[in-house]
Amino acid sequence: MLKNKTTLGFLSVAIFVILLVHVLVDQGILNSFWYTILRIGAVMTIVSLGLNLIYGINGQFSLGQWGFYAIGAYAAADVTYRWSQLHSASGLVILLLVLLFVGGFYLIIGRVLSKIRGLDSLSAFAIYLAGTILAAILAIALGKILIDPVTAMLTYLPANIAMQLVFLLAILLAGILAAEVSYLLGLPVLTLGSDYFGIATLGFTIIVKVLLDNSDTLLGFAEMKGARGMVGIPKLSSWLWVASFVLIIVVLTRNLLQSSHGRAIISVREDEIAAKAMGIDIASQKTITFVIGSLFAGLAGGLYAHVNGFLHPNTFNFIKSFDPMIIIVFGGLGSITGTVVASFTWALVLEGFLRLFLPEGFETWRFVVYPLLLLIMMLLRPQGLFGTYEFPFLQQILPPALKLKANNMHTTEAETASSNSNESTSSTGGAS
Amino acid sequence: MEITSPSFGQRIIQGRWIGKIALVLVSLLTIWWVGNKAAQSPSLFYQQIVNGLQLGFVYALIALGYTMVYGIVKLINFAHGDVFMVGAFVSYYAVSKFSLHVWPSTIFPNISPIISVVLGTITVAILSMVICALLAIVIERIAYKPLRNAPRISALITAIGVSFFLEYFGALDFVFTPNFITYKRPFQISIWYLKDGFHKLESGTAAPDGSIIFSNILIIIILASLLLVLGLNFIVMRTKIGKAMRASSYDKPTARLMGINVDGVISITFAIGAALAGAAGILYATAYPQVFFWMGITPGLKAFIAAVLGGIGSIPGAFVGALIMGQAEVLSAGYISTPMRDAIAFAILILVLLVKPTGLYGEPEREKA
Repeated sequence: MLKNKTTLGFLSVAIFVILLVHVLVDQGILNSFWYTILRIGAVMTIVSLGLNLIYGINGQFSLGQWGFYAIGAYAAADVTYRWSQLHSASGLVILLLVLLFVGGFYLIIGRVLSKIRGLDSLSAFAIYLAGTILAAILAIALGKILIDPVTAMLTYLPANIAMQLVFLLAILLAGILAAEVSYLLGLPVLTLGSDYFGIATLGFTIIVKVLLDNSDTLLGFAEMKGARGMVGIPKLSSWLWVASFVLIIVVLTRNLLQSSHGRAIISVREDEIAAKAMGIDIASQKTITFVIGSLFAGLAGGLYAHVNGFLHPNTFNFIKSFDPMIIIVFGGLGSITGTVVASFTWALVLEGFLRLFLPEGFETWRFVVYPLLLLIMMLLRPQGLFGTYEFPFLQQILPPALKLKANNMHTTEAETASSNSNESTSSTGGAS
Repeated sequence: MEITSPSFGQRIIQGRWIGKIALVLVSLLTIWWVGNKAAQSPSLFYQQIVNGLQLGFVYALIALGYTMVYGIVKLINFAHGDVFMVGAFVSYYAVSKFSLHVWPSTIFPNISPIISVVLGTITVAILSMVICALLAIVIERIAYKPLRNAPRISALITAIGVSFFLEYFGALDFVFTPNFITYKRPFQISIWYLKDGFHKLESGTAAPDGSIIFSNILIIIILASLLLVLGLNFIVMRTKIGKAMRASSYDKPTARLMGINVDGVISITFAIGAALAGAAGILYATAYPQVFFWMGITPGLKAFIAAVLGGIGSIPGAFVGALIMGQAEVLSAGYISTPMRDAIAFAILILVLLVKPTGLYGEPEREKA
C-alpha cells in the first residue's frame, strides 16, 4: 500500500513539474533562452543516467558515452533531415532495416557462439564484425526497394503527424543504433581492466569525432557537411517530448535496479569475484549494462539534435565527453536523484547563470569559475551532492546489512577526506 | 584411460586463431599498403620517418610525466598537457619579451656567439622546467593531496577541473593570451639535406629531388630528449629518491612503514614529470612555432596514448610507445589519410590493448590482497 502511495506521489509530482514548466513556457514567463537550457538539462539527464548505470551502478569506467551520444545525434538528425528537406523516407527505411538485420544477426550469432566454449573475445569480435557487414549489405539492398512505397505511405498521413512519427522513430532508431554499436564495441573492450577500458572507450569517442569531422568526404553523407556543421534539422524536441523521455528513463532505470538483474549489476560493481561465486555471469551483466547505458546516450543524442536544429562535430569533442562523468560524480555516484538534479544544475549554472550574471568585463571568466566550482565541490564533498541519497520512490531494494555497510563506508570515506584536508601535514591519515 | 585429442575445429577455437588471423590480416594489409606507397618514393618515406622521430621524441618527454604519475598515485593526470602548454608559454615570454636567451652576450660581450646561444637556450629551458615543476607541486598540494583517500574518480574529476582552469585562466588577456602567437626561437635554424653525403641548405634554395631534409631542431630534440630520459633513468634507478619512488609505487603503506615520506616522494614525482613536460613544451614550440592556450590538449592526449600503449607506469614503455606513436601519426598522415590520423592512432592503441591488455611493457595487474 505504501509502495503504491510513493509511486503515485512520485509520478504526480513529476508530471506536475513537467506540465508546470510547459505552461510557464507557453505563457512566455520563461523565455526561449531558459527554455533551451532546460531542454539541454533534460538531454544531459538522459546521457548521465546512462553513464550512471554504466559507471555508478555497474562500476565500468566508460568515457565512451559521448561517442554514443554523437552517433545518436547524427543518426536521428539524418533521418529527420531527409524526411523534412528531401521528402524521402530513405534514412528511416534504411536505418530501420539495417538495425533489424544487424540485431537479428547478433541474436543468431550469439546463439551459435554460446554453444562454443573457450572462444576469446577478439575472435568473437571478428565474427560479429563480419556478421554486421554482411547484414548491413543485405539490409541496404532490400531497403533500396522499399524506400518509395514507404515514402508514399507516409505522405498519406497528415504532414504534421507524419513529421512527429518520423521524429519519434528517428530517436528510437538512434538509441538502438547506439546500443548495437556499443554491443559490438563492448565485446572485446569490456574484457579490459578498469582504466584501460576507460581509455579504449575514450579512443572510441575520438574516433567517432574524427569520423564526423569527415562525414561528407569519408562516410559519404553529404548532408552532414563534415566539419562545417549540419544545418536544417527540424527543431522538434519540445519540452514535453524531452521531459517525457526523462521520466520514462528514470522509471525504467529504477525498475531495472529493483529487479534481480539490477542486483546482479550492482554485485558486479561491489565485488566481481564474489559475484562470480554467486553464479552471476559477469561478462553478460557488463554487456547488458553497457548496451542499456549507450541506448540512453543514443536517445539523448537524437533529442539533442532537434533542440537547436544544428550539429557540429566540435560538440562531440573528447573534452566535452567528461561532462556526463562530471555530472554523475557531482550528483553522487549511483544515485538517480543526484544525477537528475546535478544535470539540471549543471546546465543552469554553466549555460545559464554563468553566462548571464558574470559582471561586465568578466565574460571570459566563465570557464575559469566553472573549474574552480568543480574543485571546491570535489574538495568539500568528494562523495557528490547527494551521496547515496535517493528519492523514496527510487530507492533500491538492498538487504539491510549491505546497505548499512555501504553507508558506513561512505561516511568513513568522507571523514578521512575531510580530516585529511584539514591537517594537510598528516602523512599517515586514513591509511587503513 | 585414453584422452581423445581435440578436433581440428576445437583447436582453432581454443587457440584463439580466428581473432589472431584477422589481426594479422589487417596488419599485413596495412604494411602492404604503406610499403607499396613507400616503394614509389623511398626518400619521401625516409623523410617521414625522420619527421616521425622528431614528433616521437617530444611525445616521449610528455608521456614520461603521465606514466610516472600514474605509476605512483594511479591518477590519470589530465592537467599534464596543460603544464606542457605553460612551459611553452614561459619560454615564449622569456625569449620574446625579456630576451633571456641573449643574456651571456649582454653580460660578457666578448663571448663567442655559439656559446652565448647555447648557454642562453639552456637557461630558458631550465627556467621553464623549474616553473613547470613548481606549478605541478602547487597543483598537487592544493588539488590532489586532499583527495588521496577519496574515491579515485574524485581525483580524476579534479584533474579535469585543473586542466580546464589552466587552459581558460591562461586564455585571459592579462595571463597569457586568447590568441595564436608565433613563437620566436631562441636560436637560428640551419637546414641540412642528405644526398650523397651531408650538405648545408642555403636559405632561398630548394633541396634537390630525392634528398632527406633535416634541421638542427631535429638534432636538438633528439639530444635533449635522450639526455633527459637518461637523466630520469639515472634518478629512478640509481638514486635514493628513485628507490623511494619505486617503493612507493609498489606499496605505499609498506613504504611509509619503512620511513619513506610518501607525500614528499609524490610531490617530487609530479615535479619531475612536469619539468620534462616543460622541456617538451619548448622543444615542441621550436619545432612547430606557434603557441596558444589549447596547444597542450592534442600532444598531451597523444603522449597519454603513447604511455598507455607502452604500458602505463613503465618508463621504457612510455619511451617506446611515444616513438611508435610518432611514426604511426606521421605515416598514417602521409600514406593513409591525413584527417584520420588521430583515429588511426587510437585504433592502434585499442588493437594493442586487445592483444596485450596492459600495454607493451606493462606488468599484469596484481590480484587484490
